[in-house]
Amino acid sequence: MSAAAELLSQEFTLGYTYTRTTGPVVGEFLTALRDRKMRGIKGSDGRVLMPPMEYDPVDAAALSEFVDVADCGEVVSWTWVSQPRKAHPSDSAFAWALIKLDGADTAMLHWVDAGDESAMKTGMRVKARWANETKGFITDINGFVPEAVALVADYVESDAELEPISGIECPSYMTYNFTAGKATARYLAQLRNGKLVGQRCPNCANVYIPPRGSCAACGVPTEEEVELSNKATVESYTIVYIPIPNNPIKPPYVIANLVLDGANLSFLHLLSECDNNNVRIGMRVEAVWKPKEEWGYAMENIKYFKPIDEPDMPVEQIGKQKSGE
Amino acid sequence: MRDVAIVAYAQSDCQGNAGAQNEVELIMPVLQEVYKQAGITNVQDVDFTCSGSCDYQQGAAFAFVSGVDALGAVPPIKESHVEMDAAWALYEAWLKIQTGQAESALLYGFGKSSPGELPIVLSQQLDPYYLAPLWVDSIAFAAMQARMMLEKGLITEADMAEVVARSRRNALANPHAQLKGEFSVEQLLAEPMYESPLRKHDCCPVSDGACAMVICTVEKAKEWGKPYAVIKGIDHRIETHHIGSRDLTRSVSTELAAEAVGVGNGPVDIAELYAPFSHQEIILKKALGLNNDTVVNASGGVLAGNLMMASGLSRIGEVAMRLIKGEGKRGVAHATSGPALQQNLVTVLEAQ
Repeated sequence: MSAAAELLSQEFTLGYTYTRTTGPVVGEFLTALRDRKMRGIKGSDGRVLMPPMEYDPVDAAALSEFVDVADCGEVVSWTWVSQPRKAHPSDSAFAWALIKLDGADTAMLHWVDAGDESAMKTGMRVKARWANETKGFITDINGFVPEAVALVADYVESDAELEPISGIECPSYMTYNFTAGKATARYLAQLRNGKLVGQRCPNCANVYIPPRGSCAACGVPTEEEVELSNKATVESYTIVYIPIPNNPIKPPYVIANLVLDGANLSFLHLLSECDNNNVRIGMRVEAVWKPKEEWGYAMENIKYFKPIDEPDMPVEQIGKQKSGE
Repeated sequence: MRDVAIVAYAQSDCQGNAGAQNEVELIMPVLQEVYKQAGITNVQDVDFTCSGSCDYQQGAAFAFVSGVDALGAVPPIKESHVEMDAAWALYEAWLKIQTGQAESALLYGFGKSSPGELPIVLSQQLDPYYLAPLWVDSIAFAAMQARMMLEKGLITEADMAEVVARSRRNALANPHAQLKGEFSVEQLLAEPMYESPLRKHDCCPVSDGACAMVICTVEKAKEWGKPYAVIKGIDHRIETHHIGSRDLTRSVSTELAAEAVGVGNGPVDIAELYAPFSHQEIILKKALGLNNDTVVNASGGVLAGNLMMASGLSRIGEVAMRLIKGEGKRGVAHATSGPALQQNLVTVLEAQ
């Protein structure tokens, strides 16, 4: 049975490298920002919406009548962030604020660099602090400041004829601390000891490796651990001829679905020390482990599988043998 | 509309960090519990399965697909998923039953938010041109909403603290709650500001966990011979994503949903409101037209533990279980999604 799971955690950063098309309305707004100008749009009821909407929020009519608004206005509501998070636009304490620009009828969200919370007040006047270099993005406004603050403009101006903004790059990166589940942690801990350990379903007796703590077919928890052999059967395979960026393995190479002896479902691994033209379903192979001192919590402890001199397994038997029977 | 019966509901503990538990390990115990309550063997005994979760929370692509490993979907089942709170999975299943495509359904919601920075993760659900690139956190919208209410004299800081004190006190009787205890309003008001005018206790905690529910037609519930509560109606309304066009001091979408579902057509004995921030409970009570005769958030609500993507379904489950236990005859459950109560789903339930 499973002993208490070791806690295996690792930090990782997930990146979504999105690029987005803007459409004409958002594009017009961002193009104006690049020129350090604010543009809203007239809603169906004549009110000026800021930032501009493509469709009226009340009657859903398509909107197109742009209106210039000022780059200063008043704070409608705000909150003070005394300890900014890493992703926030300011490293020092700042305010998020809803700001109604002069000439607009709705407030837009941005941030205010006020120095201290005591400088913030609902109804206070603020003005945009434009970025020295603009690119047609919401951060072209480098926050707002109280209107009385003197700003020194050191703008980078371009003489080039610029196309209107029609697309933006907006990658988003988020950092997580992943903790492996109980079944995965047990599996990885055993792998570090050079052992391949799966879990058996108490209902259908199928053995899963890597285990996930459940039998996906029966929907019951799996607890019983089963140490499996180093030998496996090729269930399926493909020969990769395309070089994959950052992959140290040089093509052509063989990736195979392998069913370990004693297991009932396959996992993916590499096949090597073989004639690629002679790889076949049913072929018998065994694991080639790295030297013990290189073992970690990873399937890479096994360098690859290599063919062994045993008769092929008939296709209909692959993955069908119940080790507990 | 035909009545739909809730026959089983279970929720895990709200844990600040579920550590070495993957989605399957979080979901499976609550599934086993609702099977037991409903007297069924497994997922094969219901006609439809629907879940709610969001992979961004734990940063694992297709975690919602991995979650299906908890079900036992062999032979294949009819299954669906919403990238929303599981209250909306219930809505989908309720519609399936209304249209006669299913007589019974299993629902579950789960979330492991602890691996990421939830207020920042949630910033990425916002408008991708105007808001997401600023990384404006989810607490900020609630804080600006609270300030509007305070400065317009609609609430006081003491009102907010009273909501928190009651939540912590009620949570003492809830074994699954994460934050509980006896606190006075004065004690709470002495705490420092977090994102002003919110103090940390005005904000729900980040919790890991899951919940599950089994619903069916009333005929099926009678066939199964289990006690049940009845869903009389559900309605869901959304407000614009243009934050400046919204009146943040009230919840127009909740008002509309409450009207559509007839909340005011009878006395409401119990209500569970998904108010992730203290002042929002006050907004919601008003929008639903609840008076002091209604017991609100007897479980402690989500200020005592917030299973993102499961808390909405939990509100409905909490009300159903209390009605089954005889704590009232008619109840209201509310679920929310989006910044500053943008989307709201209102359910009216009655005892059998």
